[in-house]
Amino acid sequence: MQVQSMFFKQRASEKLGDALLQGNMKKAKGKFVDGRAKAVAEFGVWEEVRTHAAKVRDRALANLDAYLVEFERNATRRGAVVHWAETAEEACAIIADIAARNGVRKVTKSKSMVSEEVNLNERLEAAGVQVVETDLGEYILQLAHEPPSHIVAPAVHKSKEQVADLFQKAHGKPRLTEIPAMTREAREALRGHFLTADMGISGSNFVIAETGTTLTVTNEGNADMVTTIPRIHVVITGIEKVIGTMEDFATLIRLLPRSAVGQTIANYLTLTTGLRMPGDADGPEQMHIVLVDAGRTKLLGGPMQEMLRCIRCGACMNHCPVYQNIGGHAYGWVYPGPMGSILTPVYVGLENAGDLPNAATFCHECSVACPVKIPLPELMRKLREEQFDRKLRPWPERMAIAAWAFAVKRPALYAFLSAMGARVASWMGGSEGLIHSLPGLDGWTKGRDMPAPQGRTFREMYRQRTRERR
Amino acid sequence: MKVGLFVTCLVDLSRPGIGFAALKLLEGAGCEVVVPEAQTCCGQPGYNSGGREIAKELARKVLAEFRDCDYVVAPSGSCSGQMKVATVQDLFRGEPDLPEFEKLAAKWYELSQFLVEVLKVGRVPGKFEGTVTYHDSCSGLRELGVKMQPRYLLQMAGAKIAEMDGAERCCGFGGTFSIKLGEISTRMCEGKCESIRATGAGAIVGGDLGCLLNIEGRLRRTGDKDTKVLHFAQVIAGEG
Repeated sequence: MQVQSMFFKQRASEKLGDALLQGNMKKAKGKFVDGRAKAVAEFGVWEEVRTHAAKVRDRALANLDAYLVEFERNATRRGAVVHWAETAEEACAIIADIAARNGVRKVTKSKSMVSEEVNLNERLEAAGVQVVETDLGEYILQLAHEPPSHIVAPAVHKSKEQVADLFQKAHGKPRLTEIPAMTREAREALRGHFLTADMGISGSNFVIAETGTTLTVTNEGNADMVTTIPRIHVVITGIEKVIGTMEDFATLIRLLPRSAVGQTIANYLTLTTGLRMPGDADGPEQMHIVLVDAGRTKLLGGPMQEMLRCIRCGACMNHCPVYQNIGGHAYGWVYPGPMGSILTPVYVGLENAGDLPNAATFCHECSVACPVKIPLPELMRKLREEQFDRKLRPWPERMAIAAWAFAVKRPALYAFLSAMGARVASWMGGSEGLIHSLPGLDGWTKGRDMPAPQGRTFREMYRQRTRERR
Repeated sequence: MKVGLFVTCLVDLSRPGIGFAALKLLEGAGCEVVVPEAQTCCGQPGYNSGGREIAKELARKVLAEFRDCDYVVAPSGSCSGQMKVATVQDLFRGEPDLPEFEKLAAKWYELSQFLVEVLKVGRVPGKFEGTVTYHDSCSGLRELGVKMQPRYLLQMAGAKIAEMDGAERCCGFGGTFSIKLGEISTRMCEGKCESIRATGAGAIVGGDLGCLLNIEGRLRRTGDKDTKVLHFAQVIAGEG
C-alpha cells in the first residue's frame, strides 16, 4: 500500500468534516468498546491472563530463530513448503511465481493485513490473476477500490446505505437495504468464486512451532472456503506471529476475540496442519507458507521490540479517542490507530510517517486495553525522541522547545518571563478573560478560546504573602 | 511534617488561585508547607516532544529542590505522573540516579491522593452548594489511580456529583497535542463538552489545569459563559 502518512493532518481534517463518516464511526465505537468491556468483566482473571500472554509473546520473540526453524521443520513434515521473504517484494515474487508455475487464473483471499502491507493484490493482478477478496468487509472495499480502514472490521467506515449502492452497481440487481438480504446476495456472488478459484490465500493469526500449524480466526467462515477448496493454499504472515506451543495458542486465543470484538470465541477458528491426507474429504494439494520479515527483524533487540508482541486485535484503535474521531484512512498506511502510529514509522521510515507519532494525547487508553501489554504511548514517545534528535519536526516547533528549555532551566529568567507573560496575556484577555486568537497558537484558538492568565503569577503572589507575614 | 508544594507551571502562570487553595488545604491540615522558589516545570512538555535530555535535566532540578521534604504534593495528576512514573520507569531506569528518584517518587503525591490517603482528612473548609460533574484526567486516572479521591473530597464539601457519560475519556488536551493537532484536539474536546452539557451540572471540576483550560476554552467559544470550570482544590478549599 502506498504510504500517505505525510498527509495525516490534512486527511484528518477532511475526515472531521465528513458528516457521514462521523456518523458511521460513532455507531462502531460503542460496539467495540462496550463489547470488549463486557467480555473482560465476565472473564474474571483478565489481568492474570494478560500478564501471562505478554510473557508468551516475549518468549516467542526471544526464541524467534529457534521457533521459526522448528515451525518450518514441522510444517514441512506435514507436506507444506515454507518460504522466507525478507522484503515485501520478495513475498509478492514468491506468490506470483507459485501462481505462474501452477497456471493460476483466479485467487480467493481471506483477510490478511500482511498482504496489504506487501501490495499482493496489485502484484497478482498485474500478472493477470483475478483476485477476489472474500471477507465481507474486504469484498465491499474491493468493490469500492478502497484500502481497509480497520484491521478487524475493514469497512467499518461505511454505512449500510453506502454498501447498498456498491452492491447494486456491482451485482446488477435491485438495491437491497436489509443486512441479511445484502449478505445473502454477497454470499451468492462469492460462492461461484469459492468453487472456481485455483488458489486460496489466507493470513495466519499465529503459526505454532511445535506442530507446524497455521490458523485463521473469522466470523464468516470464508477463510475455510479459501483454505480448503482450491488446489493450492498459500498462507502469508509475518515472522513475528510464531509461538512455541499449542498451550501458548490456548492462552492467546482467549484474549484475541474478546479484545477484538468482545466475543468469547470467534464463529470459526480453524487450525490447519499440512496438506490433504489420504482419506481426507477436502484440503489442498499444495500448501505454501510465506513468512515475511519486511522490517520485523530490525525491531529485535531494539527499543521497539515490544511492538512485535502485537496480536492484531485492534483494541488499541477501538479505544483511541483520536482514531474514534478520524477513522483509519487518515493514518495513511495499512495499520491505523496507535498501532499504526508505531508500525508505520518503523516499517516504512520515520521520515515518511509525518505526524503519526504525535497523533496521541498519551491518554493511555490503548496500553490499558492492549491484551499483550504493549506500552504503546512509550513507544510513540521513543519515536518522538528520534524525530527530535533527527530534527524531523518543523522548525517553529523546534525553536519553541529550545526557547522553552532555555527558560525553564533558569529560574530567575523564567520568573521574569512568566510574570511578563501573565501580564500581557491577561491584558489580551480583556474583561472576559478570554483570548480569541493568538499568533502561533492558532491550532488552539481556531476552535477554542484561550482562558487568559489573571495578571500575576503564583510566584509573585506567594513572595508577597511571605513578605507580609514576616 | 514538611510538605513541599509543587505548584506546576500552568498554575503559576495562569491560575495562582489553585496553588493557594492547595496551600490552604495543606496548612489547614497541619502541614508545614514549603514552596521552593526556583521551581519551574516538571519537564513533561519537553519529554512528550521528544526532548529526553531536557526532561532529565528538569527532573534533576526538581529532585534537588524537594530533597529535604518529607512529602511533595502537586495539584496535578499529569505532573505527578511525570515525577512518579516517567522518572523511575523510563528516564532514569538503569542509571545511578535511580534510587534518588525512587525515593522522590515514593514521597510524591497528587493532591487528592495526599489529602485522602496520607492526611486522611475528615473535613474540608469549602462549602459547595450545587451539582458538579467530574472529568477524570488521563494521567491521574490511568497512571496514578486517581478516581474516587477527588469525588470523596467534593462530596465532603457538600457538592452533588452528576457523572457524565465518558468521564474517563480524554478531553483532547494532551499538552502540545492541543496545538500541533488542534483540529482533532478541538473535536475531542467538543465530545467532552457535549457530555458535560448533558449532565446539566453548574460546574465542571477536574484535577489538572491543562484539561480545565481546554474545556473552558471550548465551552466559552461555543457560547457557554455560565458553566463554572474549577479545580477540585478550589472547591474544597472554599475558593471556587
